[in-house]
Amino acid sequence: MMLEVDGLDAFYGQNQALYRVAFRVDEGQVRTLLGANGAGKTTVLRSLCGMVRTGGDIRFGGKRISGWATEDIVRLGVAHVPEGRGTFLRMTVEENLQLGAMTRRDRAGITADIERLYGNFPRLKERRTQQAGTLSGGEQQMLAVGRALMLRPRLLLLDEPSFGLAPLIVEELFAILRRINAETGVAMLIVEQNAALALELAEHAYLLETGRIVMDAPAAVIGADESIRRSYLGY
Amino acid sequence: MELLLQQVMAGLATGAIYACMALSVVMIYQAIDHLNFAQGEMAMFSTFIAWQAMAWGLPYWLAFIISVVLSFIGGVLIERVLFRPIHNAPVLSNLVAFIALFSILNSSAGYIWDFTIKEFPTPFGTKPLFGRGLIDAHEAGMIGVTLVLLGLLYVFFRGTRLGLAMRAAAANPESARLVGIRVGWMTALGWGMAAAIGAVAGMLIAPVVFLEPNMMLGVLLYGFAGAVLGGLASPGGAVAGGFAVGIIENLAGTFIPYVGRELKLTIALILIVAVLMIRPSGIFGRRVVSRV
Repeated sequence: MMLEVDGLDAFYGQNQALYRVAFRVDEGQVRTLLGANGAGKTTVLRSLCGMVRTGGDIRFGGKRISGWATEDIVRLGVAHVPEGRGTFLRMTVEENLQLGAMTRRDRAGITADIERLYGNFPRLKERRTQQAGTLSGGEQQMLAVGRALMLRPRLLLLDEPSFGLAPLIVEELFAILRRINAETGVAMLIVEQNAALALELAEHAYLLETGRIVMDAPAAVIGADESIRRSYLGY
Repeated sequence: MELLLQQVMAGLATGAIYACMALSVVMIYQAIDHLNFAQGEMAMFSTFIAWQAMAWGLPYWLAFIISVVLSFIGGVLIERVLFRPIHNAPVLSNLVAFIALFSILNSSAGYIWDFTIKEFPTPFGTKPLFGRGLIDAHEAGMIGVTLVLLGLLYVFFRGTRLGLAMRAAAANPESARLVGIRVGWMTALGWGMAAAIGAVAGMLIAPVVFLEPNMMLGVLLYGFAGAVLGGLASPGGAVAGGFAVGIIENLAGTFIPYVGRELKLTIALILIVAVLMIRPSGIFGRRVVSRV
């Protein structure tokens, strides 16, 4: 198992945000974490990257990474597209992609990866010398995903990739994510408000409510259960 | 006209030093969001190291290199030992640490090398250039070295991966960590580079103001004025601001009656206050909006 999380608690100061959260993601899998606003979805991703104080056990590739510094976790191959996308707005598109590969040493491989990425995201190629802050919301999200992929991650964490995007762009983005998963075999853990889309892409889903996992089932099962859909997912 | 041109050139020369100091201040400000009040004392200490090396018989340029290298290491150590542990502390704790660093460096320089004024050599000589007394060789050297330094920094920040990583760490530390950049070390590196730039500035200005533990006091004030004038978020702006302050200082001292040499320092303070009143983020700066 690539990522194993057991008994995860998370704290913001005195406030506890997660209670005994447990889940798994294996090599090449796409899993999703669903739940209402404030359920703790973002906190789960931040816990995985060492960005909040946690208790419990997080294992990645057999190593216990709880309490590690963010940059060391990233260097193991965990790429995180955070809330707000984490783009370096005053740098160019190409510089952002270079930054994504900052932990790598193979210059030729980096150049090749950037070219391959431009194949997947032609709009980024057109704007390679532009400041990232001048891109549209959809282009910025593509850039954020592209930057994360430049790490050549084993696990990609995506925090609400559909947030603030037009429906057509969201569909395009999810199609690209599906293709990337198929081509590179990178595992993904996707936090989403847009449950319908996430359930289509993921094979397994976890439902989070006020900091606890209340449902752990194959995506098809959760998607088919009308009462869950109505009460938790709102569609 | 001759006098005006002469004063502008002299202003450019001292402005080059202010530009270096402004650049050091901005480099640290970008990394930790605080003004380093001890920047001048760090530069003074570096200059004494070079002086000591020459007193032991080493040639100028070897002493110069030793001073720059030791200053770089010293800057990194100061960040690791003194400022790393308090990087999340309130502003006042940082301020106290800066003041402590200031007086530690100042008094230990006084203790080691005493407070008598010392001569510091110039590698460029003091002959007038172009034969008309417009600018002398040392002044031209100050401008030249500063411009070379700026060019190197530009290439470093725009053209190298390490430079890119440092810019990213300063612009957005959290996102920088998420791409695997060791932000703490980037900050330390920034301190080292600021200390090294300060060392160059100190060694260039020492032949003009003479070497003693309080030599950088006025220079740092002008450096601050330059940094504020150009904008603390903009290295290029800080350099332009430094040059501008040097010229303004010289012209005001010469052409405004009563200002003269005694009131020249006041000009720097008036400039800081005026800029902060009219354009708080500096001429080339941009407003920083922070979410609360």
